[in-house]
Amino acid sequence: MAPANATNYESRPTLVFRAKRMIPASFIDALIISTVALIISLLLFGLFVMCSGVSAMDVYWVMYRGAFGNAYAWRNTLIHAAPLLLTALCVALPARVGMMNIGGEGAVVLGGLIAALVPQMMPHAPSLIVQIAMIVCGMGIGGLWISASGALRQFRGVNETISSLLMNYIAIAILNHCVEGPMRDPTSLDHPSSWPIGVANMLGNIPGTEIHLGLLFGVIACVFSWVLMDHTAFGFATSIVGGNVRAAKIAGLSVAKYSLAACFLGGAFAALAGVVEVAAIHGRANDSLAAGLGYAGILVAFVARQNPLAIIPVAILLGGVTASGDLLQMKLKLSSASVQVFQGILFLVILGLDTWAGRLKDVRHAWFAKPVMWIFEPSKKKPITVGVAHASV
Amino acid sequence: MPVSSSDLGYWGIPLAIFAGAIRNSTPFIFVSLGETLTERSGRINLGQEGTLVMGAMAGFGVSYLTNQQWPAIGQSMGPWFGVLCAGLAAGILGVLHAWLCSQPRVNDIAVGIGIMIFGTGLAFYLGKRFVEPSAPQLPAIGFGNWSNSEQVRAALKINWLFFVGVALAPLMQWWLKNTRWGLIVRTVGESTDAARAMGYSVNAVRLYATAAGAFLAGVGGSFLSLYWPGSWNEGLNSGQGLMAVALVIFARWNPIYCLFAALLFGGAKALGPALQSVGLSKGHYLFDAAPYFLTLLIMIVTCSASRSLAGAPGELGKATA
Repeated sequence: MAPANATNYESRPTLVFRAKRMIPASFIDALIISTVALIISLLLFGLFVMCSGVSAMDVYWVMYRGAFGNAYAWRNTLIHAAPLLLTALCVALPARVGMMNIGGEGAVVLGGLIAALVPQMMPHAPSLIVQIAMIVCGMGIGGLWISASGALRQFRGVNETISSLLMNYIAIAILNHCVEGPMRDPTSLDHPSSWPIGVANMLGNIPGTEIHLGLLFGVIACVFSWVLMDHTAFGFATSIVGGNVRAAKIAGLSVAKYSLAACFLGGAFAALAGVVEVAAIHGRANDSLAAGLGYAGILVAFVARQNPLAIIPVAILLGGVTASGDLLQMKLKLSSASVQVFQGILFLVILGLDTWAGRLKDVRHAWFAKPVMWIFEPSKKKPITVGVAHASV
Repeated sequence: MPVSSSDLGYWGIPLAIFAGAIRNSTPFIFVSLGETLTERSGRINLGQEGTLVMGAMAGFGVSYLTNQQWPAIGQSMGPWFGVLCAGLAAGILGVLHAWLCSQPRVNDIAVGIGIMIFGTGLAFYLGKRFVEPSAPQLPAIGFGNWSNSEQVRAALKINWLFFVGVALAPLMQWWLKNTRWGLIVRTVGESTDAARAMGYSVNAVRLYATAAGAFLAGVGGSFLSLYWPGSWNEGLNSGQGLMAVALVIFARWNPIYCLFAALLFGGAKALGPALQSVGLSKGHYLFDAAPYFLTLLIMIVTCSASRSLAGAPGELGKATA
């Protein structure tokens, strides 16, 4: 028997959307899925706040105003987005080799700690040298930290999600130990902190703006990762390792090398976020480094579907949501956790819609084309399909 | 012989570790038993952290509100009602996890992280009003009432929920091994093909297992807010839900071993405070990290890159088509 639902390609309409040839279909799918997810999550969040007696429209309006309403809001948004760009890479790059790493928080914390430590090590060096040393050392330590959990997976088969998460707690313990013990500034009484890094060593703003250099670093890191992963032989090899380890081994690729390199890069970027937090905002290391930037980065990476370039708009969007949190609290008396609730809803919706990835055509067919067909040609409705679908499971 | 607290000296350390092991292990016992059940059905629920926090909030909130509403019975019944509601609230999150994971191509680990963020966020949001007040607490049995020492009496006060957990472990082991339902759960966990051939719905069984697992995690969470440390705030959880996942691996998916592993973890968690209590406060942050070190170390020692672990359910971590 011929398959009942064989598609007759000849009879398809000839009107073709030309742009699709230049833009890969997967990109369009990803864009559609992410947009639909965002809309669904906004609707769900609206329902949620309505349950606590706040108008959903007010919430959307305040969120928009707090995130993108004026120049000040934009500045706030971009400052919040800067570390997310970097911590999202800590998830997206290991994801390329098939690792689900959630250790960004630990790398951020260690990066910040190193940034506070380096100026003490070289008190007489010119500030540019100190800044470069902070960035290089921070990135190096962060890279090693994340590649340690990559190595545990590679050589010992330890689940990298759990190990990276445990290492977050260890990193935070190291931070607390240092800022309360050997690195404590005696003048920081009620909020134990490390020594200040010194005004001269602070990272400045991007010329002509009031936004610190971290944003520039983040954008450069994302573009760099995109070029590296999608347009070089290294990135291609990494994708093979992530796609099929056996195929990679047969092709003679060193699985460990590519896995660890991806983890190192991701960890280095996340640690850079920590360096920037200390060297551009706080000026000293303390427990405000562990503010969940690493966890927000996981969300950004998933919404961006692990694409380094897509991380940029998603991080700005999420940065905007975070930036509007204060305004939500002030204007509508919503709890500060409401932003986290929205993030959680968005994350779950995105993951739920993962089921559409790569088969959006089928979904469109099932949800739209089929019902339309039934309306106009009810005779073609085949009740037997139910039985066929059941047998094929 | 009467013992006064000053006489205890350094003997206070093992006593404090023993007491801490009992206290801290209770949430671990419940979460790890729940996670064992879920993983035996072939699915990992990394969202236990979120369900635990949700349970802690719900338990505290319900206990507090019951006491407000019906002061006559609130003191005695409120906490237990809270424990029940904690389990139910967490179970709802478990159902959400199971439903999302039952969709094709959805990764259970990623959904777990999502539930973790959503559950903690929701708990903080809904629990904002419970940060200040105090709620009626779960009762404990004082085994140390014979002693004059305040320290000994405090250390030997053991909560009822601990005994429930201790009883639950062999019960679950027996249930998995000897009952029809236990067999179905194990079949789904070992081979989905076999389960389908027998006519069982894999997703339905996993739904029940995940919901029940989350229920237990919620009960474990309610212990945190209703006994030790005994209040609700946003720093209540410290990764117990996630450590439980590692603990289950360490316990080889065996409920009885889970009990012992939970006691070990509870003891490791008590190490820092125990040393602090006798004045050794130097570097106590590093001792606080002891359970995480221990977990990591155990995973490094027990895992292997070349073979799958003994006792691991066959379908665990496999992508659902």
